[in-house]
Amino acid sequence: MDHVIIGAGPAGVVAAETLRKLDKSAGITLIGDEPEPPYSRMALPYYLVQQIPEEGTYLRKTRDYFGHRKINLVQDRVTSVLPDEHTLRLDSGETMRYDKLLIATGSRPVSPPIPGIEQEGIHTCWTLDDGRAIAASTGPGAKIVLMGAGFIGCIILEALAKSGADLIVVEMEDRMVPRMMNATAGNMIKQWCIGKGVHVLTSTRVMAIEPGDGHRFKVILDQGVPLDADLIVSATGVRSNIGFLEGSGIQTETGVLIDRNMRTSAVDVYAAGDVAEGIDFSTGDYSVQAIQPTATEHGLLAAKNMAGLDARHKGSINMNVLDTLGLISSSFGLWMGTDKGDSAEQVNPARYQYLNLQFEEDVLVGATTLGLTLHVGVLRGLIQTRVRLGKWKERLKADPSRIMEAYLACTQPVSINTGLF
Amino acid sequence: MLKALQIEPAKCTGCLQCELACSWENEQVFNPSKSRIKVFTFHDEGRFVPYTCTQCTEAWCMQTCPVDAIVINETTGAKEVIEEVCVGCKVCTIACPFGTINYNSSSGKVIKCDLCGGEPECAKACPTDAITYVDADHTGLARMRAHAAGGD
Amino acid sequence: MRQGVIEMAWTKKILRINLTEGTCQAEPLNMEWAGQYLGQRGLATKYLVEEVDPKCNPLGPENKLIMTTGPLTGTPASTAGRYSVVTKSPLTGALACSNSGGFIGNEIKNAGWDMIIFEGRSPIPVYLYLENEHAELVPAEDLWGKSVWETDELLHARYQDPLLRVACVGKSAEEGCLFACIVNDMHRAAGRSGVGTVMASKNLKAVAVRGTLGVGNLKDPRRFMQVVAEAKKVLADNPVTGQGLPTYGTQVLMNVINESGALPTRNMREVQFEGAEQVSGEAMHEPRKSDGRPNLTTNTACFGCTIACGRISTIDQNHFSVVNKPEYWINSGGVEYEAAWALGPDTGTADLDALTYCNFVCNEQGMDPITLGSTIAAAMELYQEGAITKEDTGGLELKFGDAEVLCKLVDLTGRGEGFGRDIGLGSQRLCEKYGRPELSMTVKKQEFPAYDPRGIQGMGLAYATSNRGACHLRGYTVASEIMGIPEKTDPLVTEGKAALVKAFQDATAAVDSAGICVFSTFAWTMEDIAPQVDAACEGDWSVEKMLETGERIWNMERKFNLEAGLTGADDTLPKRLLKEAAKTGPAKGMVVKLDEMLPEYYELRGWTADGVPTEETLSRLGL
Repeated sequence: MDHVIIGAGPAGVVAAETLRKLDKSAGITLIGDEPEPPYSRMALPYYLVQQIPEEGTYLRKTRDYFGHRKINLVQDRVTSVLPDEHTLRLDSGETMRYDKLLIATGSRPVSPPIPGIEQEGIHTCWTLDDGRAIAASTGPGAKIVLMGAGFIGCIILEALAKSGADLIVVEMEDRMVPRMMNATAGNMIKQWCIGKGVHVLTSTRVMAIEPGDGHRFKVILDQGVPLDADLIVSATGVRSNIGFLEGSGIQTETGVLIDRNMRTSAVDVYAAGDVAEGIDFSTGDYSVQAIQPTATEHGLLAAKNMAGLDARHKGSINMNVLDTLGLISSSFGLWMGTDKGDSAEQVNPARYQYLNLQFEEDVLVGATTLGLTLHVGVLRGLIQTRVRLGKWKERLKADPSRIMEAYLACTQPVSINTGLF
Repeated sequence: MLKALQIEPAKCTGCLQCELACSWENEQVFNPSKSRIKVFTFHDEGRFVPYTCTQCTEAWCMQTCPVDAIVINETTGAKEVIEEVCVGCKVCTIACPFGTINYNSSSGKVIKCDLCGGEPECAKACPTDAITYVDADHTGLARMRAHAAGGD
Repeated sequence: MRQGVIEMAWTKKILRINLTEGTCQAEPLNMEWAGQYLGQRGLATKYLVEEVDPKCNPLGPENKLIMTTGPLTGTPASTAGRYSVVTKSPLTGALACSNSGGFIGNEIKNAGWDMIIFEGRSPIPVYLYLENEHAELVPAEDLWGKSVWETDELLHARYQDPLLRVACVGKSAEEGCLFACIVNDMHRAAGRSGVGTVMASKNLKAVAVRGTLGVGNLKDPRRFMQVVAEAKKVLADNPVTGQGLPTYGTQVLMNVINESGALPTRNMREVQFEGAEQVSGEAMHEPRKSDGRPNLTTNTACFGCTIACGRISTIDQNHFSVVNKPEYWINSGGVEYEAAWALGPDTGTADLDALTYCNFVCNEQGMDPITLGSTIAAAMELYQEGAITKEDTGGLELKFGDAEVLCKLVDLTGRGEGFGRDIGLGSQRLCEKYGRPELSMTVKKQEFPAYDPRGIQGMGLAYATSNRGACHLRGYTVASEIMGIPEKTDPLVTEGKAALVKAFQDATAAVDSAGICVFSTFAWTMEDIAPQVDAACEGDWSVEKMLETGERIWNMERKFNLEAGLTGADDTLPKRLLKEAAKTGPAKGMVVKLDEMLPEYYELRGWTADGVPTEETLSRLGL
C-alpha cells in the first residue's frame, strides 16, 4: 500500500504520522514544495520577531523525525492528478503512483485587485521566505502599511509593531478581525491597538499603490491623504490551493469537496486542511475553515479512513485565538449568533474585557471573548458536547463570566461526583 | 501501570492547598493564579470542585500544537509542555475542550498539569484525600476521561 | 529574584488610600516596626497608635481603618489566610482589631501589599478596586444601600472575574448600626467592635481585590516547607483540629459548655439552656423531618486551612423565616458556636432554622451576631421588666424564646428600620436609653461571647481585661479550663488564672500577628508556630521572641486605650456576673471572683494597682 500526501503543512504531517501508527509497513510519501522541512505558518510571527530561530517553526522537532518513521519527504510541486490512473505528475517531470492520495495543499494569500500590487517590496506573510524578506526590511523608523486586519493580518501586526516600525493598518470593513469578531469586540481591539501606538484605519480601501516620494511607496486610499510606506504587507485573505486539480475531475468549489469520511469525488483520493471543504460542526454545511485545529483534525481523520477505518467527521468547530499586542481574543462556532437563538453579553471597554455567549435553546452554540485566558477551552467543550445548560443558562445570562462553573456543573465527569444536578 | 489523578469533589473543603503546592512546585512562588489545578467554588450549592487536566487520550492540545511543543512523558503518560519550544500561540488553549491548558502571560507560554513527573504535589498537599494519585484503571476514572467532548 | 515576586514573607509595601483626596499611594513598610510587631494585628496597631489620636471620634475622618495581612498570610502554612481590620471602635471607644478568614487576606497579599491604610472620608460613596499595583477608587453610588450579597454579586459581574475577592459593608453599617462588620467572601467577617461602621462612615462601601503576583522568597524555603508539613500533621493528628472542628465546627462546644454550666442563657440570667441540644453541632447533622436533609451541607475551609471548621448550611424551605423568600434557599455560611449561642440560648431560642436564617441575614447585611444576639437578649429582658413596651417596639412583643420575633428584629436591624435602630446601638446604649444600664451584659460596651465566666473563672478575668471589650479571642482560657489544652485547669478556681490569662493573651497577640488562625492553637503550641514564622521571616523568631512580641503588642494596645480615656475601672464585669450566683450546673452558687484575680494580673503584667503599665514595663518592651 502506497500513501501519497500532497502538502507538508499540519494536515499533511498529522496524516503521515497517523498513517504510520496505523500501518507499520505502508509506503508513505509526503510532498512539499518548499525547501524547508515541514514548518508551521502559525509560528512565523514569532520567527519574525526573532523570538525563535527558523528551526523553532518546524512542525516536528526531533532529528530525522520523518526518516525515522520511514516517511519519504519529497520536495516537488504536483502539477496534476490523474485519478483514473492513480498517478501524479510532478514539476520535476516525474510521475508518481499512489494507492491512496491525500490532498493537503493548504491555501495561499490572495492578491487583491489593486493597481500596483505586483511591485517588488509588497509582501504577503505566508512562507518562511516571506518572513525573511519582511524581517530584512522592517525595523525602527520604517514606515509599514499593513493591508487587512483579518486574522492573518492581526497575527503579523504584533510582529511588525514590535520591530519598532511606524505601522498603519488599513482595513476595508468597519472593524478589526471582521470575520472573527462582532462590531463591539472588533472595535475594542481597534481601540486597544490605537492605544498601543498603531494607526488603524477601518472602513478604508486601498485604491492603488504608486512609487513614493522619499519613501518607496505611496498608498492611495479611497479617502484622506495617501500614506507613505517603505514596506507593504498584504494580508487580505487566503484561498485554497486547488488550481492544480483543474482537469482532474475532482470536484471543487471554494475548496475540494469531501464527504464525512474525507473522501473527494475521486476514488482513493482524500482531502484535508485548508484546501478541503469539510463539515462545519455548527452549521452542518461544508466549508473551508482554514484554521490550525481543523487542519490537524482533518489530517487525523483522513489518515484513519485511508488506512481502511470508517472514521466519520462530526464537524470541526470554527474557532480562533488571537493576541493583538497583548490583548487576547477568541471566538468559537456561531459567535455571530443565529436567528432562533438568544445571547448573553458582558462589555467592559475600560478593561478591554468582553464576553458574548450565543445560545440555541439551552445549548451554547457560539462565543466571543476578549481579555480571557483562563479555561477558555471549555467554550469549545460546551459547544462540542451540545450539553444542555438547564438552569445554568439563566445564570450565564445574568453573569456570563460563570462559564467555568456552568461547564463543571453541566458536564459529565464532574457532576457524577459532585451531585451538582 | 499508569497512574492518574483521581478527584473526589465531595471531599474537598476549598482550602486551596493544592493550588499553593502546584504553584510552588512549578513556579517557585505561592500563587493560586499560576496553579495548574484549580478549585471551583459553587457557593449556592456548597460544593468545591478541584479540576485539572485528565491527560486525556485524545490529547487535543498536543494534536493541534503547531510546533510540537507538547509531548507525552512515556513514564507517567502526562502530556507535557516543553517551555523552550512553545511559542505562545495559544491554539491549544482553545482546542482543549476541558479548558485545562492555559496561557501564562508573564512567561508568554502555556501551562498545564504534568503530574509533577509522577509525584503530584497537589495530591500530597490535599488534607482530605479529595485529590489522590491512583492506578489509572480505578473505577470512575475511565468514565471521566471518556467524556472527552463528543465531537471526535 | 523573580520579577514581581515579593520579598521575605512581608511584601514590604503599604497601600495608603486618602479617601478625602481620592489618592492611592504606595509606601515602604517600616521594617523596624515589622521586626518588633511582626505583622497583622501587632504591626497595624503600631501604625494606628502612631497615626491616630486615641481621643478621636471613631466615626470622624480623623480615624483610620487598616486592613492588614500577616507575614504568613498567603503561604501554605495551615490556616494562613487571615487578615485583620484595625481601627478605633465606635462601639467601645477602644482599639478595634477584628480578624477574618476567607480568601481576601491572601488576595491582598498576592496583590503585593502587607496592608491598606484608609484615611479621611470620601465626599461620595466609593469602593476600592485593587489589582496588583493598580489601585483605583471608583464611585459607588449604585452600590450604596445594597446588601453584602448584592454588592458581591454586582462587583463580580462588573469585573467578569469569578476570582475577584470582595470585602464590603451591608446596609446596617450605612444606617449607623454600631456593630456592623466588614464581610468578605460572602460569609466571613471581621466581625466585632463595629469596624464596618467605621468603613461606612468613610463612605467606603467595598474593597475588591485581585492579586496574581504571588508570595514567595521566604528566608529558608526548604526549612519552611518542612516545618509547615510537620505542623500540618500536628493539626491532622489532633482530635480537636483533626476531627472535632471539621465535623462539628466550633459548634462542637454547644453541648460541652452547657454541661459545664457555662452557657449564658436569657441575657446571662442562667448558665444552662434547656434547648442547647437542639441548636448544637450534633443537631446540625440530623436530617430534618420536612426534607430529610441536615442543616449542614458540608464543612469548608478558609484559604490554606487544613482544619476546615467552616459550616455551609441550608434553611428548611418550609421554615417560616424563608417562606416565599427563595434568595435564602441556598447554601451559605452556617452558624458558628458564638453566633448560635448569642442568637439561640442567650435569647432563649431553640430553633436551629431560625438561628441559621438570622446568621444568613447577619452575613447579608453585615452585622456581628454576637453583639446582635446579646442586644436582642437585653431588649427581651428590658421588655420583660417593663422598661420597654410595644409602643417602643412597633408592636412587637419581645418574649424570650420567640423565634419569629427574633427573626423580625434581625431583619429590622439589618435594614436599620423601626426598633432595629435601637438594637443597632448595642446593648449598653440600649439599656442606658431605657434606664436600666445594669441589664447590659458587656465589658467596655462590648457584648460577651458564649462562655459564662461564673462557670469558667479565667474567662472572667480575660473578659474584664480584654483590650477590645468582652471577647473570647483575646485570651481563650476555655481551652485550658474546659478542654485541657495545653493542660487542664479547674474552671471553678481562681488560683493561677492571672498567669494563665496573661500567657494566653500574649501568645494570642503573637498568633494574630503572624497571619494564622487562633483555632490552630487547639493543637499548635508556640513551639509549632515559631519555627514556621522563623523559616519564613527575616530575623530570629524564637518562641521567646514571639511571646515577647505578644506582650509588647498587648501593652501597646493597653496604652492606646488608656490614652483614649479608659481606665483600670473599666476592667470589670456586669454586676450580674459579680453578684448573682449561677443557679444550676457545676458552677451552681458561684459568681466571678474577679477581685481575687485582677490585682495579681496587674502585678504580673508590670502594671500599677490602677492598671497602668509602669515606665519600667514600657521600657522593657521598648514602648
